[in-house]
Amino acid sequence: MNNRLAKWLISGPPLLYLLLFFAIPSAIMAFAAFRFPGDYGGLLPLVEVNPETGAREVLINFGNYADFLTWENFQRFFEEPIYIELFLKSFWYAGITTGVCIVLAYPLAWLIARSSKKTRDLLVLMVILPFWSNFLIRVYAWMIILGPQSYFSQVLNRVLAVFGIEPVSLLFSQFAVIIGLVYVHLPFMVLPLYANLEKHDMALLDAAQDLGANAWQRFWKVTWPLSLPGVWAGTALVFIPALGMFAIPDLLGGTNSMMIGNLIKQQFLDSRDWPFGSVLSIMLTLSVLLMAAIAAWAGSRGKAKK
Amino acid sequence: MKKVSNWVWACAALVYAFLYLPLIIVVLFSFNDSNLNAEWVGFTFKWYEMLLQDEVMIEAAMHTLIIGFITCIVATVLGTLAGFAMYKWRLRLLPALVLTPIAIPEILMGVALLIFFVMLNMTLGLVSITLSHIAFCIGFVAIVVRSRLQGMDESLVEAARDLGASPITAFRAITLPLIMPGIIAGALMAFTLSIDDFVISFFTAGVGSNTLPLEIYSRVKVPMKLNPEVNAVSTLLMLLTLSLILVVSKVAPSALRAGD
Repeated sequence: MNNRLAKWLISGPPLLYLLLFFAIPSAIMAFAAFRFPGDYGGLLPLVEVNPETGAREVLINFGNYADFLTWENFQRFFEEPIYIELFLKSFWYAGITTGVCIVLAYPLAWLIARSSKKTRDLLVLMVILPFWSNFLIRVYAWMIILGPQSYFSQVLNRVLAVFGIEPVSLLFSQFAVIIGLVYVHLPFMVLPLYANLEKHDMALLDAAQDLGANAWQRFWKVTWPLSLPGVWAGTALVFIPALGMFAIPDLLGGTNSMMIGNLIKQQFLDSRDWPFGSVLSIMLTLSVLLMAAIAAWAGSRGKAKK
Repeated sequence: MKKVSNWVWACAALVYAFLYLPLIIVVLFSFNDSNLNAEWVGFTFKWYEMLLQDEVMIEAAMHTLIIGFITCIVATVLGTLAGFAMYKWRLRLLPALVLTPIAIPEILMGVALLIFFVMLNMTLGLVSITLSHIAFCIGFVAIVVRSRLQGMDESLVEAARDLGASPITAFRAITLPLIMPGIIAGALMAFTLSIDDFVISFFTAGVGSNTLPLEIYSRVKVPMKLNPEVNAVSTLLMLLTLSLILVVSKVAPSALRAGD
């Protein structure tokens, strides 16, 4: 059989599908960032159907590109400080989330990596299992736990009252957003970290112990540096989706815990300013690329050292 | 081998509790005889009975299943082709197109598809949701299938070819059965991802074409509409996913570990 023909027959269908439903829509969105918003939302049309004749009429003069292309949307992003601030805040949320995930994932990954082969599979499955339940259910669970009348809130506020501190509202706060982000993304940190820790040579720890290193020193000087590629892989897997999240701040956060995703959603569905929404999406994409590049670079540096 | 210290055990146990307690609470409160998800009052099945009468929720569930099945079939076929192509040939464009939708935040794909469908003058609804789900599921299937192929002993195919099998026969008789667990795992993933998806559906759904996650979202978002019916539907959804995983682990035990 003709090898070339086989290649096209096999890779053609998925390629065409993804071109049509991923690459082209993305390109249209990138182009939309330079367009003017329409009078009734969306984009300012380039072509209009004449209601009487049914013929398509080109509304703009394509030779004069200033009629339909503009930098204004990007200028707005950089000139009004609230947008940059919102981006920084989202980075901050995603960063804290990643940090908490590392702290929580480490003992778990360590335990799994050090278990016998049989228990190991079970422990890994137990990390993945909650991840198979619906994302919204997992967020909803925290709305119940952090709700003002929940046992958790009541006990906490009673304890606070003993110390003379005013009762706090847990739900609809930044605290709730971070908890939700950590809860949803934790497995993405555990799995790469475990995959890394599993490969460590235990003789190194024994050698360190023989040379007089205590448990803390053995961790900081041996295990931690060796685990950095795993930590960076997990960081990419947690930080990137956390950065673009909109449902968690929407459900668990208050008015002051908006993230980039919420602003994008607002531009597309509420204020229907598509060009500016596209600018925000492009900025989010650039942030993601930057973060992925940092994680890949740092992760490979760790590997090279080994 | 060094024993894991009790400290690590204790910490890990706490993290497992953190992972499971919220879900246990959702399930428990689905049997609670109170409108509020706050205090345990008494045991009841009434939220499940209400759920069976709730036509909006049932319709949303039907939509979700239909979209899930179609997505599962189309994405498994396209994803298997993509995984095979990526294993067999050194390609540039296809891997990039397959992997990027997985790597970027979902919202980006959601808004890009929204613009695209509106520009095409397509009515947003079940069709646009399904087309979008297929687009983001292809990559997951492709990755699982490719990793399965990479673990396969290529000499088996060569042996079949030496014995006179045509490439197509060799594929059907040797490669396909060997990668079947990967394909099943990929199909399961596509189905689960589709019935679970909220973000992309949120942007590509029109008025009156609710899926289950969208309906859950709209109830959770508005406290007036919220009651433990949501807990009941959540519990059933968890049961569905759990039994799917169980079935696959019986039918194709290695499928669940095809990813590693």
